Amino acid sequence: MSKKTTRDLVLSILLAGAVCAVLAYCQADTSKHSYAISIIERSAVYAVVAVAMNLLNGFTGLFSLGQAGFMAIGAYVTAILTIPVEMRQNVYYMNGIAGWLENLSIPMVPAMILGGLFAAAAAALIGIPVLRLKSDYLAIATLGFAEIIRALLAAPMMDTITNGSYGLNNIPGYGNVFQPMLIAAVCIGLMVLLINSSYGRAFKAIREDDVAAEAMGINLFRHKEMSFIISSFFTGVAGGMLAVFMRSIDTKTFQVALTYNILLIVVLGGIGSVTGSIIGSFLINGGQEWLRFLDQPLTIGGVEIPLFRAGFRMVIYSILLMVVVLFWRRGIMGNKEFTWDGLFRRKRKRKETTGGEA
Amino acid sequence: MSASTFAQHFLTGISLGGAYALIAIGYTMVYGILRLINFAHGDIFMISGYFMIFAMASFPWYVAIPIVLLGTILLGVVIEKAAYRPLRSSPRMSVMISAIGVSYLLQNLATYLFTAIPKSYPEIPFLKIIFQFGGISASLVTLITPVLTVVLVIALMQLINHTKMGMAMRAVSKDTEASRLMGIKVDSTISMTFVIGSLLAGVGAILYFTDRMTVYPYSGSLPGLKCFVAAVLGGIGSIPGAVIGGFIIGICETFLVAFGYSTFSDAFTFLLLIVILLVRPTGLFGEAATDKV
Repeated sequence: MSKKTTRDLVLSILLAGAVCAVLAYCQADTSKHSYAISIIERSAVYAVVAVAMNLLNGFTGLFSLGQAGFMAIGAYVTAILTIPVEMRQNVYYMNGIAGWLENLSIPMVPAMILGGLFAAAAAALIGIPVLRLKSDYLAIATLGFAEIIRALLAAPMMDTITNGSYGLNNIPGYGNVFQPMLIAAVCIGLMVLLINSSYGRAFKAIREDDVAAEAMGINLFRHKEMSFIISSFFTGVAGGMLAVFMRSIDTKTFQVALTYNILLIVVLGGIGSVTGSIIGSFLINGGQEWLRFLDQPLTIGGVEIPLFRAGFRMVIYSILLMVVVLFWRRGIMGNKEFTWDGLFRRKRKRKETTGGEA
Repeated sequence: MSASTFAQHFLTGISLGGAYALIAIGYTMVYGILRLINFAHGDIFMISGYFMIFAMASFPWYVAIPIVLLGTILLGVVIEKAAYRPLRSSPRMSVMISAIGVSYLLQNLATYLFTAIPKSYPEIPFLKIIFQFGGISASLVTLITPVLTVVLVIALMQLINHTKMGMAMRAVSKDTEASRLMGIKVDSTISMTFVIGSLLAGVGAILYFTDRMTVYPYSGSLPGLKCFVAAVLGGIGSIPGAVIGGFIIGICETFLVAFGYSTFSDAFTFLLLIVILLVRPTGLFGEAATDKV
């Protein structure tokens, strides 16, 4: 047994080393690899929010569609607090900036955490009424709250804080490509610890059968609320990461479509699998770029194929997603986690077609 | 606000509400029978707007309208067959994800085919005739919408309460398994629900877009969600409820915009939804026995 764990440890270290090497390779020449870096950064952001959504949808069985709203809170808090003080007059040139905000500035990571805390506070308030609802009613109510949050951020009364419909820009970006990956790794690590704790087991019990879970002494509301708040905290942090990645945001960034995007990553990766969500995030963000050739006109043998023009990529992409939803409902990982053991067993199976040991 | 401006806004609100009501019926019928929020319904409505643009380009309006309605019905039925039927025995969450996927696909397809730039909606000449009553002016479409809505709803109620097909629909929405045992063709009944829902969405699209004058790929998503709220407000599964919910939301929204709170007009709808779900989850006219809360 210990032989196996040593092997797994070695392989994991090798994988981490390989990731670091790729990142270092990209970092070595940022102008040449700017494209790859932007894909990696975007994937890291989506990985965090996808895992956070999975914590709620996949592990606790609460189908929430409020992610865009909580991301908006995190993004705005992070953006407002990290825009350099000397740039603020330019950013808020239309509405002016609230006096108490003018010189308030904190570093990126504390700003993200604060953004997460604001999102968590909003979730705590929203959760009290909303978590009484079930399945699709919960989905539509959280979706409604996300829209309400968006409307509040765009409201004229908030102009001196959120800059209303002009949005915020001049947000300082990441110093290097390691930063977002590290933040993502820490966030996901914390969520994995939570999922493997006794709370995580309680969440899974609620997902499987809430009546039975309650009978076993699990306080339903407390655990649902806890899952909702923690998921929203990390969604808020991811929102802050998105703001730093995009460097300019407005309320239109956080429409329902953003939530749908995240949902599709979770579905593709497998509902109830953390590694699935991470793989799904990198696959979808990478794939979207990889499929970009579909948007360019294509000529074969002097004949221009008429299908290939702007927007075709997204059509193909959404058809692929429909295929996943309809015919491959488990997604990439189902509800299992990636393990080295699983990888090897699969290989062995393929070789011998006898099936590995149990 | 003087009486005549009030009346003017009220009329606009009723007209918007009529269009919402027609779309909300589609939501309430599908939810009643499949327990599914048909997220794609708003996008069917949007595609129907595009159908009209192309139909009007080559035909006069009296030919174009039937073509558009047929196209919309076909779209609704095809979506049901392709995306919802294969998932009939799977958990409700998968069907809902499938509906979100269809909505996403339709929006991307529309962006691809017609670009994201808003296209101007063709004018049907006689619908744009302006009437004057005292201080109020209204185009024919504003006046026709509520009337047409009420007429269609009465016809639909007759269909549901007094025909065999309607009886089958009521039976399937009460208990799918039992109605299958009674020899009702469940699949064709569900298809029929989508036919009616899409037909009404098509009519709603003509009325709504004639007033709005432009169509773009996302023009269906927010109205779609609002109409679902209207259906919940009226009591899901209840057709008169959906109509009244549609009118309430249309009128409230128009007045919020009139008073200068247009930023909050969408948020208000969702606030209404949350209040209704918490205070009276069965809606204004819903059946008492539910398992939503």
